[in-house]
Amino acid sequence: MKMMSGAAMVVEALKDVGVTHLFGYPGGAVLDIYDALHAQDSIKHVLVRHEQAAAHMADGYARATGKTGAVLVTSGPGATNTITGIATAFMDSIPMVILSGQVPSMHIGEDAFQECDMVGVSRPVVKHSFLVKKAEDIPMAIAKAFYIANTGRPGPVVVDLPKDIVNVQHSHPYVFPDDVTMRSYNPTVKGHNKQIKKAVASMLKAQRPVLYVGGGAITAEASAYVTKLAELLQAPVCSTLMGLGAFSSVHPQFIGMLGMHGTLEANKTMHNADCIIALGARFDDRVTNNVDKFCPHADIIHVDIDPASISKIVNAHIPVVGSVDKVLLQMLDHLVDNDFSGQKEKLADWWQQIEEWRSKNCLDYDQSTQVIKPQKVIQSLYQHTDGDAYVSSDVGQHQMFAALYYPFAKPRRWINSGGLGTMGFGLPAAMGVQFAHPEAMSVVVTGDGSIQMNIQELSTCLQYGLPIKIISLNNRALGMVRQWQDMNYKGRHSHSYMDSMPDFVALAEAYGHTGIRVDKLDDLDEAMARCFATEGLVFMDILIDQNEHVYPMQIKYGAMDDMRLSKTERT
Amino acid sequence: MRRIISVLMENAPGALSRIVGVFSQRGFNVDSLCVAPTDDESLSRLTIVSQGDDKVIEQITKQVNKLIDVLKVAVLTEGPHIERELMLIKVATRTELSRAEVKRNVDIFRARILDVNANNYTVEITGTSDKLTAFEDVMSQCADIIESARTGVCGLARGDKALRP
Repeated sequence: MKMMSGAAMVVEALKDVGVTHLFGYPGGAVLDIYDALHAQDSIKHVLVRHEQAAAHMADGYARATGKTGAVLVTSGPGATNTITGIATAFMDSIPMVILSGQVPSMHIGEDAFQECDMVGVSRPVVKHSFLVKKAEDIPMAIAKAFYIANTGRPGPVVVDLPKDIVNVQHSHPYVFPDDVTMRSYNPTVKGHNKQIKKAVASMLKAQRPVLYVGGGAITAEASAYVTKLAELLQAPVCSTLMGLGAFSSVHPQFIGMLGMHGTLEANKTMHNADCIIALGARFDDRVTNNVDKFCPHADIIHVDIDPASISKIVNAHIPVVGSVDKVLLQMLDHLVDNDFSGQKEKLADWWQQIEEWRSKNCLDYDQSTQVIKPQKVIQSLYQHTDGDAYVSSDVGQHQMFAALYYPFAKPRRWINSGGLGTMGFGLPAAMGVQFAHPEAMSVVVTGDGSIQMNIQELSTCLQYGLPIKIISLNNRALGMVRQWQDMNYKGRHSHSYMDSMPDFVALAEAYGHTGIRVDKLDDLDEAMARCFATEGLVFMDILIDQNEHVYPMQIKYGAMDDMRLSKTERT
Repeated sequence: MRRIISVLMENAPGALSRIVGVFSQRGFNVDSLCVAPTDDESLSRLTIVSQGDDKVIEQITKQVNKLIDVLKVAVLTEGPHIERELMLIKVATRTELSRAEVKRNVDIFRARILDVNANNYTVEITGTSDKLTAFEDVMSQCADIIESARTGVCGLARGDKALRP
């Protein structure tokens, strides 16, 4: 049996659970753990500039790989700074483990220096948390934390480590557990056979089916099965913001993102469908619009690993609890023997109707002007990356433009804060992606508001030589706020613009990177080419139309398909 | 509608705060909450009385069940069940008449006087919440209530049904 200090046990356990990257920031309560990290080189520690960014990096790493992201921070402010990052991961069901230092056990509750009840503060935004009380418990706590984080519906788990138990002065036996099963935690992954049969019968009966694919399909690595089901049924497929890439956006059956800024054809198809097959989606308010008017004609089949997500917002006629991949495999098992030769014909009227909606080209925008349109920038980005980049986004108009104008053909390529809507997420997330895939193109789509919420990480990028390409849609305003103020507040732009913007090119250069400013449409393509031809990090400061709005957009209190199509047209 | 939700959970530090947290962060109502370890000391049994329609109660049970420390959740009011609550009530008994009246009602309600002082009695009563409330009303008519404490409801399903790990 190996004898080691608590600090060494933390590092050893992280190795044993397979951690490759640890995103963190040292401080008093975790100095022993940092000392133990110094003595090894199998885990790469990434020194961030702000703990919030550490959590977002671990998050980006997790989204791009499916593996659990790992964070190490000190007690008090180190721990509280991660809360936004933890909440972001929680809302989007991202597996993450956050190790936080804590003041020595005997001082807990005394308001000691840098003391904060991390288990308490994080409680509403974690899947689970541990306050480790004995050094011997460290391996089990860490093993369980990683198990819980990445099974069932994934989520963040906090492990709070008081300084006295990681003390390097004492040695303890290290035993990594063979088994972490818990009697109180057994997530259901396989669907109930009776429900599967009902679901299959409903799909086969449907004249106007649609697949509504969410982030759960990506978590479950179910892309191949989603595609198989869609092709068997010949059904149209729409995706949530979180599900983009689970079903290829360039597939002819793909009809776009649905919801608040979804395409006309996606929302129309949903509203008129007679059978909605929801796969790992949760009927978020940014999808449903007015729940009372939601898809009145449809039988809803809802597949989700979290029973609490089913019938929470919209009543599911056929609930199936299980992971999307397992459930789809079971469904496909029932479907393979079916004769689908008449399916195309059966759905001909449905598709004719969908094509009619599609022909409205709801994503068209004004291309007659010399002002740079944000849509154009995203399309140019798509061309220059062959549609094959990992695109991390911040939050706002640029996020919607990226989601709508950059078709994702593969899962895990679109990295964004969908649930919490965290500005400042993009850059650190893209860094996590780049650490996970050093050879891949890691791009950030951001805006002049969001990028300033974690811009300090440009320094971390230099330290680790991350060749990230930052595409900043600079409209000198908080675009989405401004859009709502235009629409709902008679254009009163209360605190939604900034008239003291930094010189982003100079700022990028000050951090040791390349900056490119684009203020003419004619220069856009050349500049984009230069960006991707340049080694290292490039910050593209692109001055875009300040008055552009994101359309289509659902009309408040309406049905799914009540939409504005431009500043002047509506459905 | 009033429902009794029974929860079997790990007797672990922080488990209670997680359950209470689910109620506060999701805006669920709590009328009473009663918690203690079970015959198996590694487990705690928690009984919550809440108000809500079927949809709300379904969400409560699912969200509570989702907590890692929770083993089983059941809505006792969905079937035949037994529920009990205990109240201690201290009443001022300054006159012969009030002492007699309190004593008489204690007998009628099958309560018990636990503590006798020159100026007050402390009474223990067990029963359904309605019975306790009725007793409280009667006490307030025959004596001044000084203070009272109720445990909140605890209950079990009737018959063979049981919450086991």
